[in-house]
Amino acid sequence: MENNKNNLTIETDVCVIGAGHAGCEAALACARLGFDTVIFTVSVESIALMPCNPNVGGTSKGHLVRELDALGGEMGKNIDKTFIQSKMLNLSKGPAVHSLRAQADKANYSHSMRETLENQEHLTIKQGEVCEILFDEDGDKKIIKGVRIFTGTTYLCKAVIICSGTYLNARCLCGEAITYTGPNGLQAATHLSESLDAMGVTLRRFKTGTPARMDKRSLDFSKMEEQKGDERVIPFSFSTNPDDIQKEQVSCYLTYTNEETHKIIKANLDRSPIYAGIIEGTGPRYCPSIEDKVVKFADKERHQVFIEPEGLYTNEMYVGGMSSSLPEDVQLAMYRTVPGLENCKIVRNAYAIEYDCLTPGLLTLSLEIKGVSGLFSAGQFNGSSGYEEAAAQGLIAGINAARKLQGKEPIILDRSEAYIGVLIDDLVTKENLEPYRMMTSRAEYRLLLRQDNADFRLRKIGYEVGLVTKEQYDYVLYKDEKIKEEVDRLKNTFVGSATKNQEYLESLGSAPLRTGTSLAELLCRPEITYENLSFFDKERVPLSDDIIDQVCIRIKYEGYIERQERQVAAFKKMEKKLIPDDIDYDAVSSLRLEARQKLKLFKPLSVGQASRISGVTPADVSVLLIYLASIGK
Amino acid sequence: MDTIAAICTALSPSGIGIIRISGEDAITITDKIFKSPGNKKLSDAPTHTIHYGHIVDGDEIVDEVLVMLMRGPKSYTTEDVVEIDCHGGILVLKKVFNLVINNGARPSEPGEFTKRAFLNGRVDLTGAEAVMDLISSKSDLARKNSISVLNGVLYKKIKSIRDEILFSIAKIEAALDDPEHMSLDGYEEELASNIHKIQSDIDVLIKSYDNGKIIKEGINTAIVGKPNAGKSSILNMFLNEERAIVTEIAGTTRDTLEESVTIDGLTLNLIDTAGIRDSEDVVEKIGIERSSKAIEKADLILFVTDSSKDPDNEDDKIISMLENKKSICIMNKTDLPQEMTVQEIKSHFEGMENKPEFIRISALTGEGKYNLIAEIKKMFFNGEISFNDEVMVSNLRQKNELVKAKEALDKVLESIDNAMPEDFLSIDLMSAYASLGEIIGEEVSDDLVDKIFSEFCMGK
Repeated sequence: MENNKNNLTIETDVCVIGAGHAGCEAALACARLGFDTVIFTVSVESIALMPCNPNVGGTSKGHLVRELDALGGEMGKNIDKTFIQSKMLNLSKGPAVHSLRAQADKANYSHSMRETLENQEHLTIKQGEVCEILFDEDGDKKIIKGVRIFTGTTYLCKAVIICSGTYLNARCLCGEAITYTGPNGLQAATHLSESLDAMGVTLRRFKTGTPARMDKRSLDFSKMEEQKGDERVIPFSFSTNPDDIQKEQVSCYLTYTNEETHKIIKANLDRSPIYAGIIEGTGPRYCPSIEDKVVKFADKERHQVFIEPEGLYTNEMYVGGMSSSLPEDVQLAMYRTVPGLENCKIVRNAYAIEYDCLTPGLLTLSLEIKGVSGLFSAGQFNGSSGYEEAAAQGLIAGINAARKLQGKEPIILDRSEAYIGVLIDDLVTKENLEPYRMMTSRAEYRLLLRQDNADFRLRKIGYEVGLVTKEQYDYVLYKDEKIKEEVDRLKNTFVGSATKNQEYLESLGSAPLRTGTSLAELLCRPEITYENLSFFDKERVPLSDDIIDQVCIRIKYEGYIERQERQVAAFKKMEKKLIPDDIDYDAVSSLRLEARQKLKLFKPLSVGQASRISGVTPADVSVLLIYLASIGK
Repeated sequence: MDTIAAICTALSPSGIGIIRISGEDAITITDKIFKSPGNKKLSDAPTHTIHYGHIVDGDEIVDEVLVMLMRGPKSYTTEDVVEIDCHGGILVLKKVFNLVINNGARPSEPGEFTKRAFLNGRVDLTGAEAVMDLISSKSDLARKNSISVLNGVLYKKIKSIRDEILFSIAKIEAALDDPEHMSLDGYEEELASNIHKIQSDIDVLIKSYDNGKIIKEGINTAIVGKPNAGKSSILNMFLNEERAIVTEIAGTTRDTLEESVTIDGLTLNLIDTAGIRDSEDVVEKIGIERSSKAIEKADLILFVTDSSKDPDNEDDKIISMLENKKSICIMNKTDLPQEMTVQEIKSHFEGMENKPEFIRISALTGEGKYNLIAEIKKMFFNGEISFNDEVMVSNLRQKNELVKAKEALDKVLESIDNAMPEDFLSIDLMSAYASLGEIIGEEVSDDLVDKIFSEFCMGK
């Protein structure tokens, strides 16, 4: 680059590095908030690429998409346009863990997002590798000035959002075969890491993987269980009319590994780059390769394998549950032991990918990187895994970069407000030693953080930020009013113990009535549905499905919701105990050494956040509280 | 912080007495009054060493002592601490103490060493709470209980209950996120039976609060009876008991005058319906009303009868007030010819559910008093007061958290009964887990910090 005579300089407001799921959301948010934004990608063809699983959502990830949509993000709308199967998962469990998952037509998903980007005012797509981040120094503070791309062109801007996914110094491994490329053989980004390192943004190595893709014609689906979509599809986006998206859906299939599969894997573990020690990066525990599963669950006789279409216009099928970095010969042998895959032909091999990402302690809750004013980051670069996790961060990073330019306070969602809050708090506060995947168990207050009420939780914030229209926000207010009215009505409408009423209840397997039972009390019985109540409820006015769902949840789970709200109140108390920016942890004489080091590194905003840092014990927290009380905070 | 000093041992004739000094001048102050045979200065000595020598006042030798040097932060307060082991004579100890004060230390307030230890992070919140209990405890047993809280007997017990709850939460949560590898089939029954077991463990702790409270605060004991039955003689019998330690308590929270007497580890807060040590004349004038007030707030009622006479309707009036109370009927005056039989007085309690024990005593000669003490112990501690490995909750805050935990577990059982999906179970399991955590300081609660800060850190 030293000999490059190109001195072209372009001015803009925001540069977004990478056009994956994080980058797209970040760029759209900035542009929609009126800032001139350039989004860089190594290949325009790879915008919103889904290099791994062909679906969006799933347990807890579905929540993220709904929240992102409520805030004014794009992912929910885009999957509503391009899904080929949709299913609400966990319906046998409580409403907190119901989760929407849709199979995408990958190519269509990518094209559709590209179209949205291309037509977005204030947004420019630029193909090119960003090699250097430019900054000014003001004392020990660095301030973002712009980026330089491989051709030598400089883009001057006020904020940069790194969404580099798995591309930084990427290396793909398939047994002994190693290539220095990003996912799907795309060009890796090999310069940016050095530039980041030079500015004190230190990096570490993570690893993830993907299973093989197979030719549909070589598979025998008669040996598998067919998995169909829901009869009535519920959209991801709160702005999609459900009636507009009902369509014919494609099926997925379920099959299982067996002892023969496990035998082949165990016999070849020495050829797996992970077990042979070639991979240095740490892989995700919750999305393990089939090698990991066989080793970790040694007593399990079989593991699930999901065969999912990659799209409507391709024969490629994704083999979910069997990601691997074993060599091609072992892969083929192992896959062919699975019922239905006996004659499989592999189109793309499974592989593992290693990449650079941020070390813990450098990120703040606004997703701005410490010590560099105007440098934001999102997605796998921050140590997460998954499209939805990336998109959610991308949106928040985009919003907060824009707000910084607007001179406004950042949007920080806490753990009681959104899964997005849990995700970011965990990425910022915990030293995750592996790619971070969203899970329901990570959310302490999940009964309040349901996918069905994301609009009640977040539309208002989206509206205040400027990504949600007044009309969309007004609908939430209208809906809330209708729900309250109906809950009130059901609580104050009573049913008599007339014989026909008792007979009806008996036919539903429900206990007879005592006098003066309200409709709400009846609805609390597990066996009674809102529909059933119509027998007693002659004054009912028709309501839409989403409103009826909310009415039922608010009544049936009222006690649980109240108890969880009390837990949140206790949590908020600690979150509201703010730690002053200029706190001198050395002056808090009795903190243990480890706690002091961690607090200095992570710089928590509140005592609550401090208490979640590993290495900070409850005793340290009480010391901190006493110290804050003693200095009058 | 300034340097504080205190005499740490009881001011009574004993073999040894200890003066503790803590603060930045602790060592230099001691150097001014301590002379070692080799004239070595403490300020030059390494930490955690013991030095022999004399405390001197000018040229005069006051006492032969051992001095212990502990430099901060490895000391109880984390400050520089010096302890002077003197000979235990009251005069000598006071003389040495005055020397320390005259050379720049300030007498400490009650609990101030611990307050410093706490503020300096040496003792955590629950530790501090136990120390507060320790400072305010009245009896030896209470002291032992506080110490065992400090040493973590309660901690270990609660921790093991918490671990069991955490295991259940983890199992449910893991199954939610990895249903393929974790199954909850039939788990509800197992969980319900675990919860019943955990609840009975918690029950034991909750019940121990009543004992713990009695140990810490003593048994509020009312002595009632008709005029001339010998109430004051019974009172004096306790106060004159040679093994008794009598302390006067200012009636700050109580409206009657009372004295506290500790016998064999048993503390009785004696409420005399007539006012302690008042003359018999005054006693004569005290009516039923006064007795009824005392009975209301007492944990134990000593109902005194005159067994040299037959029971009369004045006795009956008092008996009618004893319903639902722990009481002992004392048949006093065994030194006189006996008119009243146990059967006879018992018949006056006809129809009462919890009839008292009857004990014959002569307050005059002391006959039967040990039977009385033994009976009280039996009523409150099942015969023996032991404080070894038994965990006792002596603090209302801790008891309240235990009750909350138990109620949360009730909710879990209710959810299981109602066949709620398993993800609902963890909500109340988490509440129980958090409440128990607050007892042992693993969940830091703001309220505890506030409480400790106000009780412990006043006058900063």
